[in-house]
Amino acid sequence: MSPLIEMKNIEKHFGPVIALNGVSFDVRPGECHCLLGDNGAGKSTFIKTMAGVHKPTKGEILIGGEPMSFQNPRDAMGAGIATVYQDLAMIPLMSVTRNFWMGREPVRKVGPFRFIDFRLANQVTMDEMQRMGINLRAPTQAVGTLSGGERQTVAIARAVYFGAKVLILDEPTSALGVRQTANVLSTIDRVRKSGVGVVFITHNVRHAMAIGDRFTVLNRGQTLGTAKRGEIKPEELQDMMAGGQDMAELEGSLGGTV
Amino acid sequence: MTIAADDERLKSRSRLRSALVRPELGSICGAILVFVFFFAIARDSGMFGLQGVMNWTVVSAQFAIIAVGACLLMIAGEFDLSVGSMIGFSGIVIAILSVQWGWPVWSAILVAFLVAIAIGALNGLLVIRTGLPSFIVTLGSLYVLRGLTIWLSILTTQQTIIGGIAPLAEGDWLAPLFGGKAFSGLFVWLAENGWTETYTRGTRTGQPIIDGIPMVVLWALGLIIVAHIVLTRTRFGNWIFASGGDAQAARYVGVPVARVKILMFMTTAFCATVFATSQVMEFGSAAADRGLLKEFEAIICVVIGGALLTGGYGSIVGAALGALIFGVVQQGLFFAQAESSLFRVFLGTILILAVVFNTYIRRAITGER
Ligand SMILES: Nc1ncnc2c1ncn2[C@@H]1O[C@H](COP(=O)(O)OP(=O)(O)OP(=O)(O)O)[C@@H](O)[C@H]1O
Ligand SMILES: [Mg+2]
Repeated sequence: MSPLIEMKNIEKHFGPVIALNGVSFDVRPGECHCLLGDNGAGKSTFIKTMAGVHKPTKGEILIGGEPMSFQNPRDAMGAGIATVYQDLAMIPLMSVTRNFWMGREPVRKVGPFRFIDFRLANQVTMDEMQRMGINLRAPTQAVGTLSGGERQTVAIARAVYFGAKVLILDEPTSALGVRQTANVLSTIDRVRKSGVGVVFITHNVRHAMAIGDRFTVLNRGQTLGTAKRGEIKPEELQDMMAGGQDMAELEGSLGGTV
Repeated sequence: MTIAADDERLKSRSRLRSALVRPELGSICGAILVFVFFFAIARDSGMFGLQGVMNWTVVSAQFAIIAVGACLLMIAGEFDLSVGSMIGFSGIVIAILSVQWGWPVWSAILVAFLVAIAIGALNGLLVIRTGLPSFIVTLGSLYVLRGLTIWLSILTTQQTIIGGIAPLAEGDWLAPLFGGKAFSGLFVWLAENGWTETYTRGTRTGQPIIDGIPMVVLWALGLIIVAHIVLTRTRFGNWIFASGGDAQAARYVGVPVARVKILMFMTTAFCATVFATSQVMEFGSAAADRGLLKEFEAIICVVIGGALLTGGYGSIVGAALGALIFGVVQQGLFFAQAESSLFRVFLGTILILAVVFNTYIRRAITGER
């Protein structure tokens, strides 16, 4: 299947810092593509260029084969790329509904005025959360009262509801316990089955192996290669993340994509 | 069955709790306390007669006008310390243009609004562009504006007070919108029927003592209602909360944070100018030192009203109640013939109490588990 989005030789410099130095990556419909790497490898920076937060210093972004340039996150969202950030993009003091619809509030016209249609907004929020397996007490509940996993789920539900074709998850499981991680992973599976391409960022190899269809490892701003499920062992991924000392040995198992 | 019953109980309890855990809670309690207190000590002073009520209503309304702007801005995550200077500045602009330059009063008022709103936008732009805390940027404008105001006033008139606006405002179409009184007919009718007091001596014998609702009260009510609806019911209101709650998170989902914040700085400037204009019309003069410390009083109203200094949480109704508490206490001390400097003691104390209380509320909202 042809990729939904292709990133070719992306470079990103922050002044003297070279955060990304030629990263290539693609996502296909219905797959979960894991992006692995140690702290500071450039994972967050990379997906932020994919999401329109950063503009790449060099490199190409293709959407459905067409070159694209995002000016801001809105552009990327318009192209069907939704992101759930590591720092979550949820506002704890605001209600679940207000967070869910933030930036895209449904409005109802009353004469010349437009008000938020809270009845619709609350209903949809409750339904979508239910679908993801979470029973909210009330849609007016503050996001701050939800657990980490539930917050991830609100963010994922929001992205899917707004028609994401590519869903980027930046370390959704890093702060979660076993149960909540399992919940988030099964949410990812549900989303993937609906045909969305998922980019799952983690530095936990076990979480990646549990759900991933393909694996790409980033190290110091460069890709070390992409492997398919079943072509690579967890230990090998672990080694690559740690710095790729055993590159020669790994090249074989990666099928020469390094 | 038992499970369902348990669930029900859980729900109703949390509903009670969520009804209580709201930003206005503190200010509602505060307002009740303040009224009970002054009713107990100053009932016979005339504080709760028509004249007395009008007296503290007007003062509260003045606080409310600047509190509305400060509240929206604080919820959007920023401060404006230049509100007081802006009040002095707008007043002097009106006076110089109308008295010194001979412009019609309405055009002087309109220009004052335009200039003030432009300065508000500049404050906002500086905060956004430099990324500095608005505390610093607007502390700068506090001094710059006050200095400019005094300088302009002395430059044009050799004085810091410019009078003589009242005769010019006579017959002007815009001035009564700030200095006039509404529903005079109603009050004349009330007086004619003997329900309200009239003057018994002097040139105004037979006229009602309270001859209308001052426009400043209507401005306050109008601003409170519009701001409350915009904040709680509209898309833009959600963006105000989002910008102050977490600007980065808001930006990620496409909220135009910079635009929201700059607009809120402009709104604050607008409110300050409403205050300034109605004062100029009331006194018939402008003074370069008007509005001193108003920025802090506005912020205290807002904090009493339950807004968090860190942004993203607060209520217009709360801020309005904060302004009411202010007005009642300030004038109440006067009616009770207490030392007026006690008002400052009260301000400081209630500010600290309010912040402690708000911190508790915030914990109740985000850290329930
Ligand atoms: N805005 C920025 N300005 C300067 N340097 C940056 C900026 N953003 C990221 N960097 C640098 O780029 C590098 C990659 O950072 P990034 O956040 O992408 O890492 P990461 O792989 O997501 O790490 P983690 O696993 O800790 O989340 C780091 O060295 C970081 O300091
Ligand atoms: Mg990261």
